[in-house]
Amino acid sequence: MPGEAAELVFDEATKQYAGRSEHAVDHLSLTVPAGEICVLVGPSGGGKTTALKLVNRLISLSSGDIRIDGKSILDFDVTELRRGIGYVIQQVGLFPHMTVEANIGTVPRLYGRSRKWIHTRSQELLELVGLDPSYAKRYPAQLSGGERQRVGLARAIAADPPLMLMDEPFGAIDPIVRARLQDEFLRLQTEVRKTVVFVTHDIDEAIKIGDRIAILRRGGRLAQYDTPTAILERPADDFVAEFVGHDRALKALALHTLAEFDLGPPKKGVHVARSTTVRDALALLIDRHADMLAVTDADGRVVGSLTMDELLA
Amino acid sequence: MNFVLAGGSVIPNFGEGSSCETNNGWFCTEWVRGHWGDTLQPALVQHVELALIAIGIGFVLAFALALSGFRYRLLDPPIGLAADFLYTIPSLALFQLLVPFTGLTRTTVEIALVSYTLLILYRNMIEGLRTVPPDVLEAARGSGYSRAQTFARVELPLALPAVLAGLRIATVSTISIATGAAFVIPQGLGAPIFIALQQNIFKTEIFTAGGLTVAIALIADGLLVLAQRALTPWTRLERQT
Repeated sequence: MPGEAAELVFDEATKQYAGRSEHAVDHLSLTVPAGEICVLVGPSGGGKTTALKLVNRLISLSSGDIRIDGKSILDFDVTELRRGIGYVIQQVGLFPHMTVEANIGTVPRLYGRSRKWIHTRSQELLELVGLDPSYAKRYPAQLSGGERQRVGLARAIAADPPLMLMDEPFGAIDPIVRARLQDEFLRLQTEVRKTVVFVTHDIDEAIKIGDRIAILRRGGRLAQYDTPTAILERPADDFVAEFVGHDRALKALALHTLAEFDLGPPKKGVHVARSTTVRDALALLIDRHADMLAVTDADGRVVGSLTMDELLA
Repeated sequence: MNFVLAGGSVIPNFGEGSSCETNNGWFCTEWVRGHWGDTLQPALVQHVELALIAIGIGFVLAFALALSGFRYRLLDPPIGLAADFLYTIPSLALFQLLVPFTGLTRTTVEIALVSYTLLILYRNMIEGLRTVPPDVLEAARGSGYSRAQTFARVELPLALPAVLAGLRIATVSTISIATGAAFVIPQGLGAPIFIALQQNIFKTEIFTAGGLTVAIALIADGLLVLAQRALTPWTRLERQT
């Protein structure tokens, strides 16, 4: 079975459907370094899902190439290729007739893993995705939407694939649960370190999740590929600026936490943890009509202070 | 068998027994007791045989047809139409239509019975296979299932509830229609009913044979419900928290 994260390279990858003048994906070239999350984002018709499905050959390339750790996807046996790539989709697609454990065991079973191995692995994975191990015996019909997507995630990483494809995985989940799943996914990623291609149409999700963001425009052309900070602070053109939104300065604040600041001596003020984002800290100040933050450490002790001016400097 | 259908010979099914029997009462237990061994029990066994063979052959045939109709969509309309057509022929007419070709034989009966199971079984199988949600199929493909693995591990099991639902209907209706076999051969629970109708409409025999037919149908249906529960546990679940 697979292991280590892999580098993923799109090399002039192109998809054009017969009888359509516009490309679905147009000479897309980008490299996702091993262990990083690349978010594909853009308006509908931007070809982001198509680009994703080119990787596991659910859609076939018209021209160009995609390489995983240097090996062209065309040189893999197609089922072999797919078993080595974790795949998560919006509607989850859990097998309704299988228990959670059997669902998680989908790919390991294809690799010939024993029942016992799958049992142990699914217990471990349920824990990892934040579900009680007793869920193993349930059927998908007995789970909530959020729980299903957690199982979908567990299924995708069960065989420890070096690469994960996630197609709007949290798109059908209500905002509160979505935020929690995003946080947990990021925590999970620090533990499992996969190379991830993540599709979303939500720029805020892209900023939160991505190590890098690829913004695609209509016709499947790459508009900009960069880190979230770079995209927010230096959009390549009007299209990108428009797409990330007029509040991009505010969004950029969400990318920094108070831990990055030099704090003043402890003072009276609104208590806020050091791990809080600048955006949330600012929101708190506005809400309390205050302009002084008392920054606390993980144990809740005040370790320093920040004024609103310093925060926005 | 101790009777024949044609030829007008005396059929000693009733008439020399109790007053109930001579008066053709509503239900004569003595008659049932007296004729269980020579009439009712053999008819019951034959009836079950007739139905089982028809359902078995029908199931295999419908499955083969459903596989073709599912794999090659173009085949579905003609197969469906043919099954529809067979289903619309009145059973009595079909039995008689077949006689010139296959004679007064069990084969005639089975051909007719099988043809009535086809429509229900075929339609349910095709529907079951087709209602597998697209996201489930995509997940299967994306996980690296081959075409055959997807069919065996995903499409087929998910079609099972519809297949079993079809099987229940086909089974109950076959058991009922199999009484008509008596028009062709003196077998099955239709035979005593047929005879009783010719013999002054002897009520006890009609009720008993008819009741037995209903009973087998109910038992068969019950067994299939149990099979359904055992084979498709996921269909009866509510979300529990």
